Amino acid sequence: MPTTAPTAHALADVTASDSTLRRFLHGLPGVDAVGLEARAASLGTRSIKTTAKAYAIDLAISMVDLTTLEGADTPGKVRALGAKAVHPDPTDRTTPTTAAVCVYPDMVAVAKEAVAGSGVKVASVATAFPAGRAALDVKLADVRDAVAAGADEIDMVIDRGAFLSGKYLKVYDEIVAVKEACGTSARLKVIFETGELSTYDNIRRASWLGMLAGADFIKTSTGKVAVNATPANTLLMLEAVRDFRAQTGVQIGVKPAGGIRTSKDAIKFLVLVNETAGADWLDNHWFRFGASSLLNDLLMQRQKLATGRYSGPDYVTVD
Amino acid sequence: MASVFEYAPAPESRSVVDIAPSYGLFIDGEFAEAADGKVFKTVSPSTEEVLSEVAQAGEADVERAVKAARKAFEKWSALPGSERAKYLFRIARIIQERSRELAVLETLDNGKPIKETRDADLPLVAAHFFYYAGWADKLDHAGYGANPRPLGVAGQVIPWNFPLLMLAWKIAPALATGNTVVLKPAETTPLSALFFADICRQAGLPKGVVNILPGYGDTGAALVAHPDVNKVAFTGSTAVGKEIARTVAGTRKKLTLELGGKGANIVFDDAPIDQAVEGIVTGIFFNQGQVCCAGSRLLVQESIHDELLDSLKRRLSTLRLGDPLDKNTDIGAINSAEQLARITALAEQGEAEGAERWSPACDLPGSGYWFAPTLFTNVTQAHTVARDEIFGPVLSVLTFRTPDEAVAKANNTQYGLSAGIWTEKGSRILAVASKLRAGVIWSNTFNKFDPTSPFGGYKESGFGREGGRHGLEAYLDV
Repeated sequence: MPTTAPTAHALADVTASDSTLRRFLHGLPGVDAVGLEARAASLGTRSIKTTAKAYAIDLAISMVDLTTLEGADTPGKVRALGAKAVHPDPTDRTTPTTAAVCVYPDMVAVAKEAVAGSGVKVASVATAFPAGRAALDVKLADVRDAVAAGADEIDMVIDRGAFLSGKYLKVYDEIVAVKEACGTSARLKVIFETGELSTYDNIRRASWLGMLAGADFIKTSTGKVAVNATPANTLLMLEAVRDFRAQTGVQIGVKPAGGIRTSKDAIKFLVLVNETAGADWLDNHWFRFGASSLLNDLLMQRQKLATGRYSGPDYVTVD
Repeated sequence: MASVFEYAPAPESRSVVDIAPSYGLFIDGEFAEAADGKVFKTVSPSTEEVLSEVAQAGEADVERAVKAARKAFEKWSALPGSERAKYLFRIARIIQERSRELAVLETLDNGKPIKETRDADLPLVAAHFFYYAGWADKLDHAGYGANPRPLGVAGQVIPWNFPLLMLAWKIAPALATGNTVVLKPAETTPLSALFFADICRQAGLPKGVVNILPGYGDTGAALVAHPDVNKVAFTGSTAVGKEIARTVAGTRKKLTLELGGKGANIVFDDAPIDQAVEGIVTGIFFNQGQVCCAGSRLLVQESIHDELLDSLKRRLSTLRLGDPLDKNTDIGAINSAEQLARITALAEQGEAEGAERWSPACDLPGSGYWFAPTLFTNVTQAHTVARDEIFGPVLSVLTFRTPDEAVAKANNTQYGLSAGIWTEKGSRILAVASKLRAGVIWSNTFNKFDPTSPFGGYKESGFGREGGRHGLEAYLDV
């Protein structure tokens, strides 16, 4: 299995200064929007049936980061979420666990306890999520707090303002600092908020910037804006991790988040992974779904495959 | 859990199409036996299974069909354009309603993947009828003067690579402008044209306006040579096109020819690489490369040659070859044993001349006609695989250093049907496109078709235009 250790790699010198970094990011191949969207749409027509569908549903369940990110979150809500992550379908114990539960930093300890011993990871959205508009010290304190409480994964948002105004090195330095604050125990997911980056060229540049800075995962969005994960932006990020591994030998994970609600959609994303980055990414160490409502649809589809009949929303748990 | 995401088979049902054991010729609104009783078999290229037995038209049948078309012409051409439009709209809607049936039929008879017949061929077929239906009552405004007149009886000969789509390209503008039609489909793919004959009846089209004569080359030759045919339209090989041009020379018949091609797909170093790779794949592996405007010559700027080839090879490894009725199949069967033999021979010649051959690991089915997607690198302008039209899933890769060299190489061919330009620089697209001698030039895309867009070639790729407003001219006395 390829490593994600932030070793010195072939591209280390492009981050020497703001201008070398800009030259590198702007020298990446362009993205033709029409072609990219057409490719994503054509992969969406793959017909996944029977055994392939059963495989894909279980794989998708195992890739879900079960998430609650509300101002009203309480320990009770987080414990319920943890229980569901461990046993997504109480009627069928062969159902795989989800990959992780994802909570705000102050809920990490509760979540950690709720999933203890299950292998389910605890992820936390630190760094002044979702806006990211806070001083670096504050963001780093947020991260350290979550890591100290036991978070296995940190989901950070980049400073989109800095990125859009071309201050790439500032964004880079922040990611490096957060990665350092994660220490050796937590993996870092870097969220670009692709809906705010607006162009596909920007998404490709952000992907490379994140990977250069030591991200373990690159993630589309917070789920808090109008446009979140789409097949096209996820396809583009999969191309980026594929190309990055080809150049550096380092494998980076991908996480589309927000807006993926149905099994059918999730399976389309798995087809994108399979045919773009390849089978090496078809595993919850390298690919995740940031979705809360997706899980129930996956469970209902799984029950349908097992019993031949659709059940209904009362046959899966509400949280 | 298995460790590989294998797609289970997802075959489209064959039961949506009912293929009769035998079919007749379609003359004057009726199905009829050939005068001499001859028949031939049509097979499914992916399995070699005989699908049906089809009447083979001879000279006497051509005579009957042209006579029927001539008789029908009087009334059909006298109809107001808005009346002709009603029939065309009706045909277009029936095609849409029966599109699943027709897509499966076309896949069975031709060997191309259901994905393509379903998502490309059939929508375009309907779109062509809709588009030309819209022109039927607006011919005064098409730019050919007031009240342009139809030519009379159109003799049309179409190829096997897009059987129904080529039929639509030929029949829709002919009928919209008030001509009547005798059409000969290719001997390996006659079925969809015969189903179309049934659609004409379903639409209540007057008898004799459309006549369909399945047969071989001699049937086509008799049709082209018939003295009472006013217009000849042919899509097919350059060799046959030249023969037709000789036959028609000196007569008053109007002629359009859509012939071979050896399209250049030019990738500059600032191209959107991932999308260029998709465009290269679409350019040469769509319909197994059996496309006259295929981008069969890839011209890559030397500076990105290795990087692009790596991407392309990785992408080809994800192509799925096999049962054309499986919805996940990307590459179907070659249309006939003859065509497979031709592709095989040309590929062997490529190897013998020193080009480097590569194909992804891929199992070919045991029966049927199959050819793995193939790349030739280290190809130069002097290689046969860079000059001759292969009409199969074989891509020749050449390099260039400057835009001028790219243009010079792209134009250095006896053909001139299509070309593609890949670059992020808009000014370069315009500068290069204006120097390319090709009928269709795509930029940052390939093999995109639309009824509003004219299509046709330069040099040995033929003359005349089909599609768009320009496509009307070939069927009007202007």
